[in-house]
Amino acid sequence: MPSAIRFTGVSRHYGNVKAVDNVDMDIAEGEFFAMLGPSGSGKTTSLRLIAGFEQPTAGDIHIFGHVAQGIPPYKRNVNTVFQDYALFPHLNVRDNVAYGLMVAGQAKAERYRSAERALDMVALGGYGDRKPSALSGGQRQRVALARALVNEPKALLLDEPLGALDLKLREQMQEELKSLQRSLGITFIFVTHDQGEALSMADRVAVFNEGRIVQMGAPEDIYYRPEVPFVADFVGSSNVLPPEIMREIRGVDAYGALRPEAVRRCDAGHDAQVRNVSFLGATTRVSMQVHGVAMTMLLPKGAEIPAAGSTIQVCWRQDDLHVMSR
Amino acid sequence: MTEHSVIMDRQGGLMDRLSDALWRKPGLLIFLLILPPALWLGVIYLGSLFALLAQSFFSVDEFSGLIQYEFTLKTYRELLRPSNFDIIIRTVVMAAAVTVGAAIIGFPVAYYAARYARGKWKAIFYLGVMLPLWSSYLVKVYSWKLILAKEGILNWLFETLRLGWLLNAYLSIPVIGGNSLSVSATGTFLVFLYVWLPFMILPIQASLERVPLSMLEASGDLGARPAQTFRHVLLPLALPGVIAGSIFTFSLTLGDYIVPQIVGSSRRFIGQAVYAYQGTAGNIPLAAAFAVVPILLMAVYLWIAKRQGAFDAL
Repeated sequence: MPSAIRFTGVSRHYGNVKAVDNVDMDIAEGEFFAMLGPSGSGKTTSLRLIAGFEQPTAGDIHIFGHVAQGIPPYKRNVNTVFQDYALFPHLNVRDNVAYGLMVAGQAKAERYRSAERALDMVALGGYGDRKPSALSGGQRQRVALARALVNEPKALLLDEPLGALDLKLREQMQEELKSLQRSLGITFIFVTHDQGEALSMADRVAVFNEGRIVQMGAPEDIYYRPEVPFVADFVGSSNVLPPEIMREIRGVDAYGALRPEAVRRCDAGHDAQVRNVSFLGATTRVSMQVHGVAMTMLLPKGAEIPAAGSTIQVCWRQDDLHVMSR
Repeated sequence: MTEHSVIMDRQGGLMDRLSDALWRKPGLLIFLLILPPALWLGVIYLGSLFALLAQSFFSVDEFSGLIQYEFTLKTYRELLRPSNFDIIIRTVVMAAAVTVGAAIIGFPVAYYAARYARGKWKAIFYLGVMLPLWSSYLVKVYSWKLILAKEGILNWLFETLRLGWLLNAYLSIPVIGGNSLSVSATGTFLVFLYVWLPFMILPIQASLERVPLSMLEASGDLGARPAQTFRHVLLPLALPGVIAGSIFTFSLTLGDYIVPQIVGSSRRFIGQAVYAYQGTAGNIPLAAAFAVVPILLMAVYLWIAKRQGAFDAL
């Protein structure tokens, strides 16, 4: 696969603040790539570096083989879907979608035809005459999507695209974005702080923390084989076992990660003091102390629910205790 | 166990009961707050406006000089006499020039303040824009008379730079020129521009503050060069502020009679005409008719602005 976006030692520092710090990544053409991390981790700044709203203080960015430094946003063939959608309030939906074609000098009839096609693609055909203020959040999001895609970018950048939508709409849009990306075949790069969203949509995920990529790989790798405690904790809240405990129970000098659903009750295993029990619907979450470390366990429906304050025995399969490499 | 009461039985005084009554009827509070300004604006301002309007439909008897209290459009016809109509045209052109000039100079200042100035620099901006408003209007106008005078600093500067010929060539242009800047229409324009500029900058700045940065980034992202972003996004979104500012600069220039009296040629503006007719000439109806002109002009201006969609982004 040829490279779409390549970062080589890219940094973006603001005085002493290292928003992006020595990041290397290579996003392939046609890939659905997620940049995942908490707020302030550098994922949005990385996206803005690709769009051209920010310039790197060090390192090189290549976009489809071309050096991107010094190229203004309006000369990059990537388009962005903004977190707040940034629809132009004084233009109707059709003119919003046709904006990129308008500034490129395309004739009115032609650009309106393209705009209608793009609106059809996001299931908003016939909404062209409305003002953005007359649309719901989900509809605005689709307009923003159509407005970016009508320019036929080689890569689409999405900044927390689903952040402002409610849960049901978010799940629906996840599927639609995924199928849209498959049918268009262009590179999608999206930024999110929601690990579920990153894991369910992306071909590959880069986990950001404090301006750096701490792990990059397929969703299954990120979820089941975290390399550092941060990833284990941030992506799906694994139990992180410190090296002291790992030496004792496994004989290795490294951090361990144990998924809450891999822990179960048994007759003879590890002593666990139950602190708190929360009913979550399909599962029940049990917070407890094991070997002096706070751990959580997810019990399936029908399992025997322990009482808070009691001491129980818990076990897990050796394979489920993942030993982290760093 | 003591029983907790949901309702506190605090024994209230008069203020307490008043607070309770206003809390139960929020409309009453709004009514009480609105009443004094409504009376002020409604009775005193609108009342005098209508009295003025009524006066303009009377006329002055040419022989006796007495006001005839009969409905007539004769006074308005007088406005169309060349000598009077020239005053109206001159004033409107000046007001329009001042408005355009203020918008062109004010926009970049407002843009800088809204987009880049933070903390200390924002305070300095507000101080810089507002400070001229703190000193007396007359002091400012007279200072400008000194600056623009033949012996003034501007003339001196041109002479020192050996550019005196340029200034003289400019001053020899009819209509906008004169003996010196201080007795030219250009001088009047410069002083108007200076005294009304804050009224243009502040509304534009307020409207630019409300344009999210992402809007400008989106425009660039979609391929618009900075000039296109200005034309298609920034200007339309800032237009309500520009219109608000232009209402100030346009109407303030239309009505002013002090600036052209101190700085400028002897050709009169509407304000001076109103002043002269209602004073020494004793022609209240004509003064009133002159005073109605700016009101009509503003009404037409706002109507056109609305028709052109200037307030759509509000």
